[in-house]
Amino acid sequence: MNALNKKLFRDFWHLRGQIIATALVVACGIASFVSMQSTYVSLLDSQQNYYSAYRFADIFAHLKKAPESLKTEIEKIPGVAVVNTRVVSEVTLNLPNLTEPAQAKIVSIPEYQTPMLNDLHFLRGRYISAGSSDEVIISGAFATANNFQIGDAFEAIINGRWRKLTIVGIALTPEYIYEIRAGDVFPDNKRYGILWMNRKAVASAFQMDGAFNDVTLTLAPGVSESSVIENLDRILKNYGGTGSYGRADQQSHRFIANEFSQLKVQGTFLPAVFLGVTAFLLHLVLSRLVSTQREQIGLLKAFGYTNFDIGLHFLKLSLTAISSGAVLGIFLGMYLGAGMTNLYADYFHFPVLQYSAGWFVILFSFFISFGSAAIGALSAVRKAVFLPPAEAMRPEPPARFTAGFLENLGLQKYLSPIYRIVLRNLSRQPIKAIFSTFGISLAAALLFTGFYFFDAINKIIEIQFYQIIRNDVDVTFYQPRPGKTRYELKNLPGVSRVEVFRAVPARLHFLHRTRKVGLLGAENNSDLRRIIDKNGKVFNLPPEGIVLSKSLADILEVEKGDKLTVEILEGSRPVREIKVAGTIDELMGMNAYMEIHALNRLLNEDDVISGAYLSVDSLKKEKLYADLKETPAVAGVGLPSVALNSFNETFGKTIGTFTFILVLFASVIVFGVVYNGARISLSERGRELASLRVLGFTQKEISIILLGEQAVLTILAIPFGYFFGIIISMLVNNMVDAEIMRLPLVFSAQTFVISFVVTILSAIVSGLLVAWRVRNLDLIEVLKTRE
Amino acid sequence: MKSIQTKNTESEAVFHIHSVSKIYQMGEVQVHALRSVNLDLYEGELAVLLGASGSGKSTLLNIIGGLDVPTAGEVIFRDHNLTQADDAKLTEFRRDHVGFVFQFYNLIPSLTALENVQLITEIAAKPMKAEDALEMVGLKERLNHFPAQLSGGEQQRVAIARAIAKQPDVLLCDEPTGALDYKTGKIVLEVIERVNCELGTTTAVITHNAPIAQMADRVIHIGSGEILSIEKNEKKASPSDLVW
Repeated sequence: MNALNKKLFRDFWHLRGQIIATALVVACGIASFVSMQSTYVSLLDSQQNYYSAYRFADIFAHLKKAPESLKTEIEKIPGVAVVNTRVVSEVTLNLPNLTEPAQAKIVSIPEYQTPMLNDLHFLRGRYISAGSSDEVIISGAFATANNFQIGDAFEAIINGRWRKLTIVGIALTPEYIYEIRAGDVFPDNKRYGILWMNRKAVASAFQMDGAFNDVTLTLAPGVSESSVIENLDRILKNYGGTGSYGRADQQSHRFIANEFSQLKVQGTFLPAVFLGVTAFLLHLVLSRLVSTQREQIGLLKAFGYTNFDIGLHFLKLSLTAISSGAVLGIFLGMYLGAGMTNLYADYFHFPVLQYSAGWFVILFSFFISFGSAAIGALSAVRKAVFLPPAEAMRPEPPARFTAGFLENLGLQKYLSPIYRIVLRNLSRQPIKAIFSTFGISLAAALLFTGFYFFDAINKIIEIQFYQIIRNDVDVTFYQPRPGKTRYELKNLPGVSRVEVFRAVPARLHFLHRTRKVGLLGAENNSDLRRIIDKNGKVFNLPPEGIVLSKSLADILEVEKGDKLTVEILEGSRPVREIKVAGTIDELMGMNAYMEIHALNRLLNEDDVISGAYLSVDSLKKEKLYADLKETPAVAGVGLPSVALNSFNETFGKTIGTFTFILVLFASVIVFGVVYNGARISLSERGRELASLRVLGFTQKEISIILLGEQAVLTILAIPFGYFFGIIISMLVNNMVDAEIMRLPLVFSAQTFVISFVVTILSAIVSGLLVAWRVRNLDLIEVLKTRE
Repeated sequence: MKSIQTKNTESEAVFHIHSVSKIYQMGEVQVHALRSVNLDLYEGELAVLLGASGSGKSTLLNIIGGLDVPTAGEVIFRDHNLTQADDAKLTEFRRDHVGFVFQFYNLIPSLTALENVQLITEIAAKPMKAEDALEMVGLKERLNHFPAQLSGGEQQRVAIARAIAKQPDVLLCDEPTGALDYKTGKIVLEVIERVNCELGTTTAVITHNAPIAQMADRVIHIGSGEILSIEKNEKKASPSDLVW
C-alpha cells in the first residue's frame, strides 16, 4: 500500500464518527430507494407474469342475457383475439360461522378444464367434476378469511332456493387479485368471495341455458381498445349490455395500478430528498477535511504529487463513506422491500409473489449514491486541488470577526459572552448555517409528511365512516324493487330507520369526453348516508339535475350549469340531457348523484329502489340477519363497521409501516446533520474551546458554546421543516390517484408537535454524543501549538 | 518604578509542592517530566521559572495551574489538596483562583477585547470591572476591537487583562513573550510586573529567556525535570531595563 493510501485509512479512522453518520444517511436514502423501487418492480413483475400466464382479459362487459350464438359475432370484431362468455351472478350465502348473510359472485366455468381467459390458479383441491351441480371452487382470500377447507360446505340462495355447495378447490385468478365487491372501496373477504361453478349448473339455475350474461375478451397486439369497446357495446346494446370497459376500469386492476403508481412516485421522490441531504453532508465533512489538511496538501504538492493524485485521494475518502452506506442501504432496502412486498401479499392475491430487488435497482442505487458523492465532494476536492502549495503550507489566517448584525441591532448587551460567541459564529458563516438549516428542515419535513399521512387517513375515516356513513347495514336487491319495499324493511326486526336509494350504471358524455359511473339516486335530507364534502360540509341534493364529485367534473371538464348527456346502461337505456346542478369536493370515489325521484323520472319509472340503508338496534341484529338471509330479493348485505376495519387493516398497515420507515430515516438525517455540524465545529474550534476550559469553564459551559450553534440551527429549521412538509404533502397529494381517494390536506396539532419533538430529540442525541467528546479536549496541547 | 524592593520570601506560602513527579507514558517509553520536585510559592512574589525547552517547567506550571495532576507527590494550594481533585474540582480551582497567560494568547476570535475579559468576569466571584482590567494593561481605547483587529502585543495584553480581571490568587504566565518581538515583549512584561506590584498577585512566569529572570523576586532554575537551584534576586530590575 502506498503512503497516500495509508494516510487515507488513517484519516478514515480519525473521521469515523462523521463518516458513520454520513454513511447512515446514505444508507437511509438508498434503503428507501431500494425498498420502494424493488417492491414496485417485484409487484409489477408478479402482476405481469400472472396476467400473461393466466390470460387476464383486456375487455370486460356485462349484459342482461344473450344467446350463445352472439359469441361468434363478437369474435368477428376486428382486433379481438379470444372471447370467453360466462354466466355471472351475485348470490347471498349462508356461512356456517356468520349470523349475517354473506355475498358471493358466482362465475361459470366450463364443465371440463381447458385453458381459458382469467384462468384459475389452484392453491388447493381440484377442478369441478363433470356433471356436478353442487361443487364449487372458492377464491383464496375468501377461503382464508373463513378458514374454509376442501370438503367444507355452505349454503347459497341460487335463484330463490337454498342450495348446499361443497368446496372442491381453492383458487386465485388475475381478475380478482384484489377481491372486492363491486362498488366497495375496501375488501371484506369474510363476507364476499368468488365462487366458480359448472356453467351448466349456473345456467340452469339462472335461466341462462344456451345464453350468457358476461363476456371477457383479449385483444390482438396493437389493437385500439376503444374501437373494440365501441363495437362490443353496439352488439350488446340490444341484450342489456351495461357498457364494456378495459383494464383501466376493471376494479381489481385499477386498485393495483393505483397502488403501484403511488409506490413508484414515493420511491422516486423521497430517496431524492435523502440523497440531496447526503451530498450536502459529504460536502460539509470534506470541506472541513480539506481546510484542516491544507498544510499537508501543500506539502504533498511541494514534493510533487499531482493535482490528480490529491483530488483522487479526497474523492476516495468520500467514496468509501458512500459505498459503505450504499451497501448497508441496499441490504436494508432489500430487507424492508421483502417485508413491504409481504404486506401487499395480504391483500393483493398473487399465485407467486416473488420478491427480487433486481440488478437494475441495485446498480442504479450505486450509480445515484456515487453521483451524490461526486456532487458533494466536488467543491471540496476542487478547493484542495487548486490550493497553491506555498500558500497552503502557511497556516490559515485567524478567523476574522467584525461587528455584525448583533451589534447593528444593539442586541449584544442583552447576551452573555457565551451566547455572543454562538451567534457571531453563526453569522460569520451564513452559507454554512443556511445549508445546515436546510438539511435539518428537510428531515423535519419528511417527519412531518410521515405524520401527515396519519392525519389524512384519520380525517378520511372521520368523514367517511362517522359523518357520511351512519347506517349499520346496507341492503341491495337483485332487481329494482317498488318503493313500498321500504315499509317491509322497516318491519324487519330491530330496524329503526330506513332510507332508500336507486343506483343505475350510466355513461356520462360531455363533448368528446365520456365516463362510466354508477349514478346514485339518493333521498334528500338523508340522515344515514349523507353527502359531505372534504371539509365536512353537508350537501343537499337539488330536486332536479345531477351533482358530480369534483374529480369527476374535472375529468369531464364540466361546470355547474353545463348540460351533460346521460346514457343509462340498464332497462330501456334512455339517453337524456341533464343539467349539472353542482359539484362537490369529496374525499372518496367519483360519484354522480341525483335526487331519487328525479332519477326515477329520468328512468321513466315509478317509485323504484335498488337498495336501502338501515339503522338497526344492535340487540336485534342477529334476528335481522337471519331474516335477511331468508329474503330472496336481497342480493347482499354490507356492514360499514367491517369496511372500517378493513380500511384500517389495509391502508392503516401500509401507511403505518411507511410512516415508521420515514420517521426512522428522517431521525437519522437530523442526527447526521447535527452530529456532523457539531463535530466539525468541535475540530475547527477545539483550541478555542480548550482555552476556555483552561480558563475555568466547565464542560457543560463549553458544550453550550459548541451545541448552541446546532440548537439555534435546529430550532430555526423546524418552521422551515413545517413549510417544506406542507409542500411535500401537497405534492404527494397530487400524485395520489384522485379516482379512488383524495387525501385531505389537514394537519393536526399532533403532527406539528411530534415532528418538532422527534427532530429535537434526535438533535439532542447527536448533541450528547458530541458533548461526550468535549471531555477528550487536550487542555495542555492547546497551549503549546498554534494549530 | 525604577527601584523595586524584593518581597519578603518569608511571607506565607500559597503553594506547597511536595515530592511531585510526573511520568508520561509515551507509547512504550516512560518520560520523566518531573522528578520529585519540592517547591513553595509565596504570597505576592514574582517567581520566574527558567529552563530550556523540555526541562519540565511547563509540566510544573500545568500542575500548579490545575491543568494536570502529578503521578506522585502532593500539591497543596492553601487548604486545597489539588492532588486528589477530580476534573470538576480542578475546573473550579482554575475558575476561582488562577489567571492564565499563554504564549499564543488564546483569545476567543468571536469576542471583542472587552467581551473576552467579560467572559471571565461573569463567572468570577469577586472580579474587577472588565474596563478597569483593560485600562490597567493600557488598552482603554481598544475595548471594542476583535482579536483579528489587534496586534500580537495588544492581544497578549488583552489576555493579561483577562487573567487578572477575576483578581486571581495566582497569575501563571507560560512564555508570555514567546510569540512577541523584543519591544512588544517588554511592554507585556511591564504589564505583568505592574499587576504583581499593584494587585499583589502571586505570579509565576516560565521562560527559557534568561534575562527575563532579572525582574523576578526569585529565580527557579529547572532542568531535566528537577529543580537545579533557587536564587533570591536581591536587586530586581525593571522590565524596561532588560536586554536580550
